[in-house]
Amino acid sequence: MDRPAPPFTFTGMVQSIVFAVVALLALGFAYFQFSKVWANVMLGKAEEVSGPTGERWKNMLLVAFGQKKMFKRIIPAVLHLMLYVAFVFTQIELIEIFIDGIFGVHRWFLGPLGGMYNFIISTIELLSILAFVATVIFLVRRNVLFIPRFHKPEMQGWPKLDANLILVFELILLACIFTMNGTDVVLQDQDPDHYRATNFAVSGFLGPVIFGSFDASTLYVLERVGWWGHIMMVFVFLNYLPKSKHLHILLAFPNTYFARLKPKGQMINMPEIMNEVKSMMGLGDPNAPEPDMNAELPEFGADDVTEMSWIDVLGAYSCTECGRCTAVCPANITGKKLSPRKIVMNVRDRAEEIGDKIRSGNTEYAEHADQPLSRTNFQDGRNLWDYITREEIHACTTCNACVEACPILINPLEMINKLRRHEILTEAAGPSDWRPLFNSIENQQRAWSVGGSRMDWVE
Amino acid sequence: MTVQTMAQLAAEDRQPEILFWVGCAGSFDDRAQKVTRAFAEILNAAGIDFAVLGDEEACTGDPARRAGNEFLYQMVALQNIETLNMYGVKKMVTACPHCFNTIKNEYPALGGHYDIVHHTQLLQQLIDEGRIKMTEGGAFKGKRITYHDSCYLGRANGIYEAPRAVLESIDGQLVEMKRSRQNGLCCGAGGAQMWKEDEPGDKRVNVERTDEALSLNADVIAVNCPFCLTMMTDGVAAREKQGQVMVYDLSELIVSELAR
Repeated sequence: MDRPAPPFTFTGMVQSIVFAVVALLALGFAYFQFSKVWANVMLGKAEEVSGPTGERWKNMLLVAFGQKKMFKRIIPAVLHLMLYVAFVFTQIELIEIFIDGIFGVHRWFLGPLGGMYNFIISTIELLSILAFVATVIFLVRRNVLFIPRFHKPEMQGWPKLDANLILVFELILLACIFTMNGTDVVLQDQDPDHYRATNFAVSGFLGPVIFGSFDASTLYVLERVGWWGHIMMVFVFLNYLPKSKHLHILLAFPNTYFARLKPKGQMINMPEIMNEVKSMMGLGDPNAPEPDMNAELPEFGADDVTEMSWIDVLGAYSCTECGRCTAVCPANITGKKLSPRKIVMNVRDRAEEIGDKIRSGNTEYAEHADQPLSRTNFQDGRNLWDYITREEIHACTTCNACVEACPILINPLEMINKLRRHEILTEAAGPSDWRPLFNSIENQQRAWSVGGSRMDWVE
Repeated sequence: MTVQTMAQLAAEDRQPEILFWVGCAGSFDDRAQKVTRAFAEILNAAGIDFAVLGDEEACTGDPARRAGNEFLYQMVALQNIETLNMYGVKKMVTACPHCFNTIKNEYPALGGHYDIVHHTQLLQQLIDEGRIKMTEGGAFKGKRITYHDSCYLGRANGIYEAPRAVLESIDGQLVEMKRSRQNGLCCGAGGAQMWKEDEPGDKRVNVERTDEALSLNADVIAVNCPFCLTMMTDGVAAREKQGQVMVYDLSELIVSELAR
């Protein structure tokens, strides 16, 4: 085995073409998968994005880019920051890999950047060491230390495997970076024409220590293994994301931007009900058209993803299943079945199910068989109640602890409220204990059915 | 004590300085009625011209809305807004954070715009302005007091400092629970839980929270919400600590320390 062929030779051209084809396939398939994710997010109902844009950019910058809410728990925050900064910085190297791959050149940035190049790669290497340490600690935290939020029932099976796979991918990626750089450093002595001298902070000494005794032909192979391994892991990762909880590395940004700006205590108003009650009370617009008594009864609240808002579904896809919401949920802490994280995960799972069924084109899922399947023309006999039990949503105290805890502004309470509204308003069901409450509010305008005056406290 | 109603004032063509929104718990729950009286006494001591709606007040609709019953919420909310707008009410105070949150954050969408404060905010203001004064060496001087943040005053509306400032004024020793402010643990009553049995679990939420307060060896658990008051009192009783640990609303602590 010799060093890689130079550009503008036959072998060099073949290598470039192979790279370009692999890259196009990987990016193309990723695009296809991401467009499915977006289509699934759009299964949710339209919801107007209101409030000042500046406030939204601020949220995105502080919460997603700046990781502000992560720092409520300092140890995972620091470890996560190491991985995050390393990830963001390594993207510079990724640009070079693309240039090198397509044009068949080697470390193209070294020419134009010179000394700066050593600084950049050294920074990436130092961050990669930190990322390596963080990843190992994360694996230990997840699998050896007993941290309750990683061991809740909803984390069994795929979610647990998913979390570990990501960490293992990360380790492989880091190993590839150091193999690529380390062999390069040793080859600089043996083949200085192709492998121009560099001065990397970590590989500068780690390379000779590990690879110093290898002969050139082995080193050529290892250097390519590192290079291809690095970019292949990136491609695998990119195509793995749409199926994984790790999607948060991208969706955290839009999710923090689109997160509702209203006060936490404010429930979203239902104008359709408000207007109906107003007209019942004679407070409505006297010129409003008579309601159509034959119209199909509308559904209130949500028992399915198509009745949630797209902002809720975006939140579900952005969730990385960290479980901070569940760890602070008073119901969950006291052993009730409710876990806000599970509700969020269920919304995503159901969105996946509906999306796949709609794209299958199977007319068995159509409400009107003569029309194409869509979010409005869809009926598979299932809904969110096949994922979520009543017992779970009844246990919620609407305390907003889960909302406060989410590092990327997902709102599990909004989803719970919509499920509750569906149960009460559309199904006329719900806990029987609430019936006396509703009756006394309706008949006596008070929360308890008691006699006496509201002035009795005066004595 | 005499308390004027909006109807009486309207008959005299007068407007009060502020409307005191009592709420269902403050009107009908024996324990919460004491808080209502304490707060009214403080308002009188400060010389504030206030009135109540009396029997024209209806439930704000908070528990109905959070249970999912939007129809019922809209019915009582619109009725309240009608009444309040009829009297031209602008300024309000309430001792219930659920009423406070609903009127402040949810009534505007229905056409009800009022300047409402929670009683702990008004108490802080009265103390800061010197309109009420505390005695030297009151009953709670040096007592270990822990403050329980209610969800709807705290997380929902971001009010953490006013109640603590009020507590500072009575010379107690303020001790914080680990879960406080943004991280405060619910008492277990919100979201209409007050009216139903718990789902199966290992423990009641109020007992979990009470245990946290008891672990500080507090003499007093101070609350700002009638539902927290019930839940924490029940929690203390469940641990059979009624003799040692008292649960009070902030206005009860202040009224007992007033320099008269």
